[in-house]
Amino acid sequence: MMSEGSSFMKGMILGGIFCLVISFFETFNSGTHSEGHKHLHHHLKPLSKDELQKLSESQMSDLPLQVRVYCLIMVTPKLLVHWATANDTWSKHCDKSVFYTSESSKALEAVDLQEQDEWARLRKAIKHAYENAGDLRWFFVARPTTFAIIENLKYLVLDKDPSQPFYIGHTEKSGELDYVEYDSGIVLSYESMRRLIEMFKDEDRCPERGHALWKTPEEKQLATCLQYSGVFAENGEDAQGKGLFNKKSVSSLISDSMGQNPADVVEACCPDMAITFAGMSPSQMQVLMYGVYRLRPYGHDFHDSLTFLPPKNSDND
Amino acid sequence: MSSFKQHILFLCGVAVSILLSIMYSWVLRTLTPSFALNGNKPAVKHTAVSRRTALEFSQKVRVLCWVMTQPKHLKSRTQHIRATWGKRCNIVLYMSSEASDFPTVGLNVSEGRSQLYWKTIRAFQHIHTHHLDHADWFLKADDDTFVVLENLRYGLSKHNTEEPLYFGRRYTPFIAQGYMSGGAGYVLSKEALRRFVKGFADGLCTHNTETEDVGLGKCMETMKVQMGDSRDVLGRQTFHPYPPDYYLPRQTRRPRPWYLLYEHYQPVEGPGCCSDLAISFHYIDAVQMHTLEYYTYHLRPYGYKHRFQPDEHLNNRTNI
Repeated sequence: MMSEGSSFMKGMILGGIFCLVISFFETFNSGTHSEGHKHLHHHLKPLSKDELQKLSESQMSDLPLQVRVYCLIMVTPKLLVHWATANDTWSKHCDKSVFYTSESSKALEAVDLQEQDEWARLRKAIKHAYENAGDLRWFFVARPTTFAIIENLKYLVLDKDPSQPFYIGHTEKSGELDYVEYDSGIVLSYESMRRLIEMFKDEDRCPERGHALWKTPEEKQLATCLQYSGVFAENGEDAQGKGLFNKKSVSSLISDSMGQNPADVVEACCPDMAITFAGMSPSQMQVLMYGVYRLRPYGHDFHDSLTFLPPKNSDND
Repeated sequence: MSSFKQHILFLCGVAVSILLSIMYSWVLRTLTPSFALNGNKPAVKHTAVSRRTALEFSQKVRVLCWVMTQPKHLKSRTQHIRATWGKRCNIVLYMSSEASDFPTVGLNVSEGRSQLYWKTIRAFQHIHTHHLDHADWFLKADDDTFVVLENLRYGLSKHNTEEPLYFGRRYTPFIAQGYMSGGAGYVLSKEALRRFVKGFADGLCTHNTETEDVGLGKCMETMKVQMGDSRDVLGRQTFHPYPPDYYLPRQTRRPRPWYLLYEHYQPVEGPGCCSDLAISFHYIDAVQMHTLEYYTYHLRPYGYKHRFQPDEHLNNRTNI
């Protein structure tokens, strides 16, 4: 009887030691694993209201001056109406907005890159923007089919140092590559631009014209070049984890929300301080301009910690 | 004891031990409050908003809204009003041919375009009987109208409800003094409501048309109710009979399109069409209803100082 019991006990003890060893290894692995994840799946959020209030007065007055945005809007004559709409609406809220086109149009002003290949065009635009940045340290790249609320972009990067590498937007994964989707707009800090332009010289890892039979979309080529320079994509979201960059239109998002959250359509749908929407018609973009900058209920005050003034020579905001 | 039995017992021991460890860690995980799902996010709440002014107004300028609807539309249209702007009225009544748990008020009429003026008459009679003292102003809207109550109150706040007044989107034809578009919504003062009901009681107003906005406009003229000017301090319209995309996009100078033919005031196309403090838009479907709700009450540019500051334009306009 004793010998039976002791065999069983020996078994228990061995099993117990086995489990302890396994769980020890698990925590050790998951520790390093999660760090690796944190590095690749960054979620970038704006400062909270409390954090903002803690900043000193001198810091507060400096901030709007430091966060200034250079908008690169990549157009083609085919997108003329959207080009005109972007020119007449949201781009007026950038500190500097430059339209880069594949070929010139008599109707609208742009930097004519004389380049049909989209990736090559993007590279040229980036180089031009960096050289003409002046004292602007944040760069926003979008097509005219995107609508951006620049004040909310500034709010997102308010406390981020542009001499650090930032590459922000709506992130997606393609195999091992995390990239920012083009349709919902791409935010780059000055340092990211600098590293990118350095990497442009590397014809092997960051070629100007691909040699493959198929074309990799520019958004992925951009992500690859940035990744090689140690810059990783980060998803821009609000405090609740809602994405601030959208490649869908407002009505599309609302419609989805009506299906998924019928009891709470607007609250569950889209963030108050959303940054981009895409896929909207020019007239919908005009309505959005009115909806963002003008339409409001009398008496609702927000006591925001910063002030952004309306742009000069504009009548629709 | 046989060595075989010993081995079996040994293995059992190992198995039991492993099983116990698994059970222990599972119990631990379910009992521990997890941060994994959403991280340390603060409770979801709308940005801190000073609603003091809006609240003061809602007590000083009480608005009763009645929505012209029908049983067929409750699910496709009216529920979206109930979910959005309906709750901002001091009192909201959904008027239909049938009473229901929606809740709707059942009027003694049948459905159909030909019955619209009857519905309007019955609705105002019901309100006069049951709610005259519960509100200061009485708004009629369709079940595809989007209304911003705060801006309505702001406009009405300067006016005296004991005077016979009527505000909305002014149209010219059919009646000498004109009338207010039904779809864009219109508002009667308390005195105007009294006179409308009295007009029918005394036979001075009759059901002389099926077009409810024209009919009501005629009765207003007969009962000497004054037309108000609902444009803002810059002359921009607040009530709109069509959705915003009809008005806002810039146009080259052109003759009036069909939807601007009835306008009493010179229409403006492009950004000057519409006040920042708009009161209504019409022909708004369910998706647009929530979209406008999002634009008006949620989506905003952080820190933006609006170009139009209504209270800075203190002048002596005698209208909204």
